[in-house]
Amino acid sequence: MQHGRFLYGLQFAFTIAVCAFLVVPVVMSILAGLTVNYFVGLESGLTLRWVLEVWDGYRDTLFLSLGLALACLVLTLLLGVPLAYLLARSRGRLARAIEELLMLPVAVPGLATALGLIVAYGGLAGFRTSAAFILVGHVLFTLPFMVRSVLAVLSVIDLPTLEEGAASLGAGFAQRFRDIVLPNCRNGILAGALMVVTLSMGEFNMTWLLHTPFTKTLPVGLADAYASLRLEIGSAYTLIFFLLITPLLLALQALARPRRTVFAERDPSAENDS
Amino acid sequence: MPRRQFLLLLLPAALFFSAFFLLPMARLFFIGASGESGWLAYLAIVTDANYFRALWTTLAVAAVTTVLTLAISSIAGVFLERHRFPGRAALVAAMTLPLAFPGVVVGFMVIMLAGRQGIIGEVFTMFGGERPIFAYSLAGLCMGYVYFSIPRTILTIMAAAEKLDPRLEEAARSFGATPWQVVRDVILPGLRPALISAGAICFATAVGAFGTAFTLATRIEVLPMVIYTEFTMSANIAMAAALSFSLGAVAWLALAVARSASGSTVAAAG
Amino acid sequence: MMQAVPISLENCAKTFTDGTRALEPVDLAIAAGETLVLLGPSGCGKTTTLRLIAGLEQPDAGGRVLFGGEDVTALPIEKRNVGMVFQSYALFPNMSVAENIAYGLRLRRQSAAEQRARVGEMLALMRIERLADRSIDQLSGGQRQRVALARALAVRPRALLLDEPLTALDAKLRDTLRFEIDSLLRELGITAIYVTHDQAEAMALGDRIVVMDHGRIAQVGAPRDIYQRPASRYVAEFIGTMNRLSGHAEGEVFRCPGGYVAWPELPATAREILFRPEDTRIAAEGEAASLRGTVSAAFFCGDHVRLFVDVGEERPLVLETPARREYRHGETVALAVERHGLMVL
Repeated sequence: MQHGRFLYGLQFAFTIAVCAFLVVPVVMSILAGLTVNYFVGLESGLTLRWVLEVWDGYRDTLFLSLGLALACLVLTLLLGVPLAYLLARSRGRLARAIEELLMLPVAVPGLATALGLIVAYGGLAGFRTSAAFILVGHVLFTLPFMVRSVLAVLSVIDLPTLEEGAASLGAGFAQRFRDIVLPNCRNGILAGALMVVTLSMGEFNMTWLLHTPFTKTLPVGLADAYASLRLEIGSAYTLIFFLLITPLLLALQALARPRRTVFAERDPSAENDS
Repeated sequence: MPRRQFLLLLLPAALFFSAFFLLPMARLFFIGASGESGWLAYLAIVTDANYFRALWTTLAVAAVTTVLTLAISSIAGVFLERHRFPGRAALVAAMTLPLAFPGVVVGFMVIMLAGRQGIIGEVFTMFGGERPIFAYSLAGLCMGYVYFSIPRTILTIMAAAEKLDPRLEEAARSFGATPWQVVRDVILPGLRPALISAGAICFATAVGAFGTAFTLATRIEVLPMVIYTEFTMSANIAMAAALSFSLGAVAWLALAVARSASGSTVAAAG
Repeated sequence: MMQAVPISLENCAKTFTDGTRALEPVDLAIAAGETLVLLGPSGCGKTTTLRLIAGLEQPDAGGRVLFGGEDVTALPIEKRNVGMVFQSYALFPNMSVAENIAYGLRLRRQSAAEQRARVGEMLALMRIERLADRSIDQLSGGQRQRVALARALAVRPRALLLDEPLTALDAKLRDTLRFEIDSLLRELGITAIYVTHDQAEAMALGDRIVVMDHGRIAQVGAPRDIYQRPASRYVAEFIGTMNRLSGHAEGEVFRCPGGYVAWPELPATAREILFRPEDTRIAAEGEAASLRGTVSAAFFCGDHVRLFVDVGEERPLVLETPARREYRHGETVALAVERHGLMVL
């Protein structure tokens, strides 16, 4: 038993160390964004000066990112939910191939996808300089996450039988989709939506090549700030990003909390049955 | 499902995907061969010494990242799944919070840890040592990728560890297995699919990611940076295109191999 | 009362797109108000037959499905007005019990008041009034199947189709619900088609039973006929337990390794004879012991003992005998067979 306690302590300490590795820099950057002079240290005093400076100089990037994320969400919903339903219903070879293809923009580095978009559509000046150009990239990248999230929920419930049940009661295709399919994949849609918004807000790999000076997103602004401005401003900017993204991530965590797997045989019909 | 409905549902996504991914990629493929070396550009990644070195650096960084991430996440993930203690939920939340930090922000986190004013340097000087600054080196890049991959990998491992049937372990112990033997013979084999898929995502991300390298830039010659330089500095679009394809192929290959090995679907992110 | 409709299948075969033949051409007539049970092991085509009637599958060209006089072959399920009950219940998890039952009525654009009245009626019929506002995942298996029945019946379907409705339930509950379904079907007088692999269920519920085998109908008949006069060895062995002796006929006597069985009507060509366990008994004191064997197992069942007697055949003979006496493994016993129970197939 002595041995067991020692192992437990060792693993606990290790886990805490990993947590520190992940969290300490976040805390430091938050502090740095609020400190008058980070080089001197906290004793130089706390200030909101840097945050306000970022807000003045970069709030456009913030709004653009939010707008892009929402537009991206709408598009992934419109394209992704029907597609997920389709993949859930037809488990054939074609469906597998579609799923595979769909994952490519995630598997292939964003840099390559962005280059492709530029060589294909860079000539359309109106499109190239608009935020829609970035939006296209974001949709490509986030669509598989929406599809998978919805698909995951749909493949747990016995969708074909539920639909047959509805059909036997007189529901046509549109009615079944509205009354049975959509309500039952609500959790998947919600999780997918949070994922899409979070990923779109943070996307940099493609966006860096797709953006123009007039279409800078938040991560692009961050990269700018890290490269050219003082550490405190970069930190303050990061702080704003954290404020934006943390609620999304917490919601995502709450939603994704795995249900406990039950190993013991449990028979729900054993309970009171009149 | 009737064919007509199938096509109707497929159509919007298929059009979008073809127009904005398949077509551009096809275009890029031909542009890759439009440079002075023609289709040979696709071999440049192995024939050109500089590119080849960049490829090796990239693969090495990705491999080290993968091994470190898997080792760290397995220990912490299994521990967190197996034990209940006060504050555990908060700990899990804190460890998975960086899940969607973009590469640039991760780069900045590395600067916070190992940069000129980084905490690691502070700790070392506190004990009278020399201030190590490795944020802008390959070690820093590796650290960034590990930072990026840990939250996702821990989640995968925890999910897999939850599904391990505790009765298997009890059975092993009833045969007299020591804790180490249980880990080797029951837990690790049970986690294998999760390890393979998480490892593949980790590897593919480290191969293709760009944001972290971009933030730490100065002294790092990994493939994504080389492509970016070719594209912007030398305006050598053909070479950038050819190298992109090679990079994409490496990332895709890592995922495909992992999938066939683990039998499950694997997706990258980043 | 429900409107009871006769249903018939004419020359209905089903070949799936991958080429497997699930159903050979079948003709079947179901009388109005009749309960017909489709019985057979998995893969025998019973579910495919039900799905053809439901409209979930289309028969191969040439097949026709008729409801009353109406040819419904081309109608999809949502236009056939049938009630369907599934093994997995198929209740909508996004709706409460009452909403589930009202769904078909909602689709038929009935007024809210009509819906409420009909839902109340159905809840009362199935005795689940107190569950009305529950969500589906709060229900036990038996409760779920009651809700599923209520939902299927609420729309006043032309026929009720039940696909292994009791299979997911435990044995005790199965008995209760079997009884309830039986009285329900009789009370409503609705045409019902019931798929099961459980022969006890089939015998209890069916006015007639269709025994199926590899996509073909092996026998159609009342439960009693099928049990007592099976048309083939397949039917004989699928329904109930069958004892079998192999040997040869010598005049009016069938000789086998364990002894002999006297039977005046014995066909001269018989190579084996069959009889049910209830027609097998321990020979009384002093009775001519024509058949001898050793006890290979004796299961005490409270009111009786289930005895397995090895008489040198491939399988031991099975019989049930009063529990008063104890039987020991290896003990030699003398058996007698009732003549009226003997058959040759």
